[in-house]
Amino acid sequence: MVTELLSFTPLAVLIPFFGAAFAFAFYRNKSTQRAIAIGALILTVILEVTLLAQVWYGGAHAVHLAGWPAPFGIVMVIDRFAALMLVVSSIITLCVLLYAVGQGAAEEKEDSGPVSIFYPTYLILVAGVSNAFLAGDLFNLYVGFEIFLTASYVLLTLGGGESRIRAGVTYVVVSIISSMLFLIAIGMIYAATGTVNLADLALKLGDLDLSTQLTLHVMLLVAFGIKAAVFPLAFWLPDSYPTAPAPVTAVFAGLLTKVGIYAIIRTETLLFPGERINTALMIVAALTMIVGILGALAQADIKRMLSFTLISHIGYLVFGLALSSIIGMAATIYYVAHHITIQTTLFLVTGLIERRSGTSNVLRLGGLAKISPVLGLLFFIPAMNLAGIPPFSGFIGKLGMLQGGIAENTWITWTLVFASVLTSLLTLMAVARIWTRGFWRKPEDADEAPERQLMSKTLAHARAANKRYLPMSMVAPTAALVAMSLAFTVFAGPLMDFSRAAAQDMYERTPYLEAVFGPERSDGVREELEDFAATFLIDYETGDGGAAEHAPVETSLQPDDESAEVVPEITDESDDHR
Amino acid sequence: MTINLTLLVLMGALFAIGIYLLLERSLTRVLLGIILISNAVNLLLLQTAGRAGLAPLYDPEIPAEDYLDPLPQALLLTAIVIAFALVSFMLALIYRSWVLARQDELADDEEDRRVASYAGAYDAEEDASAEDETTEFADETDAVGRPMLNPRRGADEDAPDPGNGPAIAEQGER
Repeated sequence: MVTELLSFTPLAVLIPFFGAAFAFAFYRNKSTQRAIAIGALILTVILEVTLLAQVWYGGAHAVHLAGWPAPFGIVMVIDRFAALMLVVSSIITLCVLLYAVGQGAAEEKEDSGPVSIFYPTYLILVAGVSNAFLAGDLFNLYVGFEIFLTASYVLLTLGGGESRIRAGVTYVVVSIISSMLFLIAIGMIYAATGTVNLADLALKLGDLDLSTQLTLHVMLLVAFGIKAAVFPLAFWLPDSYPTAPAPVTAVFAGLLTKVGIYAIIRTETLLFPGERINTALMIVAALTMIVGILGALAQADIKRMLSFTLISHIGYLVFGLALSSIIGMAATIYYVAHHITIQTTLFLVTGLIERRSGTSNVLRLGGLAKISPVLGLLFFIPAMNLAGIPPFSGFIGKLGMLQGGIAENTWITWTLVFASVLTSLLTLMAVARIWTRGFWRKPEDADEAPERQLMSKTLAHARAANKRYLPMSMVAPTAALVAMSLAFTVFAGPLMDFSRAAAQDMYERTPYLEAVFGPERSDGVREELEDFAATFLIDYETGDGGAAEHAPVETSLQPDDESAEVVPEITDESDDHR
Repeated sequence: MTINLTLLVLMGALFAIGIYLLLERSLTRVLLGIILISNAVNLLLLQTAGRAGLAPLYDPEIPAEDYLDPLPQALLLTAIVIAFALVSFMLALIYRSWVLARQDELADDEEDRRVASYAGAYDAEEDASAEDETTEFADETDAVGRPMLNPRRGADEDAPDPGNGPAIAEQGER
């Protein structure tokens, strides 16, 4: 039963694709298009939640497309991490789509181009992201990246206005270059190992010369680093994202960089496990955090400010994965899910602020808390969550990383712990500035001439205008996302356990390999392969002692059976520091 | 692994010229750079197949090493198609940029410049964008030319207005 349901995994990519095809076919009829898009995404969400429920206890599963055995055919692998990413991403995209529908209804002119391309392109974006999450080989990952990047080029330049074209050119050129780097890395890896299948690579890359391994590793990391917006490669992001329409920016900010992070995590755990470049990654992580958040403090425009905090919080994710410990990786997985939700929510709220007040420049904002308390609440919760204030999920994720950093107890991890706390405080400062300027002060006190939309005669007038500017169809999806971000706090216990299990799987690597090759199938593959790949066959038996052999990461932290508490050794260590 | 020296040298030359063109400010040259680099990458993928061999149609009498490895060509075809799509999209973007702003070079980000001047780090002379001549079509530019560009979007209109994009698009389309 379990495997039967999981065989429907490719539908997570196919449903949005078919949705896109039908939406293109009905381009003359906007309401049909809308219904198709929403229907396709609801189906995807239902499917992916079912898949997550199956994977929750079952572990990894691979679907061999067209029945070709593993290293030859295309595989789609769904493990705990991929399933969680799929569910979070599809819920996010559904909420953003509803928001976009609401906005389209509110501003009729918004999508009145000659051919309505928003809905189909959006569905293609979703399909590409799902494909990247499920890809079982490097080239399929590349194709997934290209699918959603191409869709994102179209969405970013939607309408073809001057500022969007200018931002779009930067974005497209940088993305193409990173894709070229990725393709070069794939070529090199294929030349070195003769395979692009991730599970196969996991077995074969270890046999390569150490310096060759390092070269391939760094090439992949640079390619993914550009997409994930890690510090020295992040400068394209704040230039290009803010110009797009609010829902598009929201989904880009939430999802696209996280696909890059997902690819980095896969590279680090499956292909090149070990601690060889961890120090370098940590330095990069610290710089990403600090430079990103300092950039955010310099901005007056909320969208640009949020783009910089996005870069800065990518640093946390890199830190968590550079720890190479189960707790660090578990915290990273949890934090990715949390951060996708939060960042998307904040951009949607910014879209609402922009609608209500006519600008997203904080220098010209004021009095929003009084005019629309709902908007205030919708901004306040995710903003505090982003800064990592205790009851919220941002705090829980950061706490896990700090625990991991303290447990590792080297000078670099302590530096990182310090940098994360500092970044968290600076994030609080950045969002608090928006809050005090945009929401608390009177509109008359604004630094520059405040927007006319904020200067109603009486409070009653202003409240009455809320209905017009903030339609329920836009507020409700935003509120749903805020509720989802709160759910990350409420269900932190089970989610953290789940993340730990996912992290354990990824470091052990055997569940992934066994899912792809299968205990009995690996024998069949062995016979077929014997002619030209005899040397690689020893490792195909991954059922028994593989765990010890393939888990190069010695972690001081192994999850307890029952509780999510820290194990005694660590408590001892952290006691020392107190 | 055997590698064809001609292809290797050609690949190196394409990469070198491509990267050189990519560093230019003119969008057309950047596009040419991208085309060259994508072809260089295709050559790289092609070479990973090793020495040319027989067509990979299974025949029990032929030993495995006589076949050509077909996988790189499959990857290569996909990569060519993707690169083709991206290049046509880039061309459309560049044409659009030309129609709207009559410029063929990459403009500075307004908001960046504003933040820089706010922090006192902007020097009007040093940081001003490059001269008009970088465009290949300078003689056509002069009529409508530069005034379209920057001064229009001054300090009082910082935030990119999400509403004006489609409006302009409509005018453009009709």
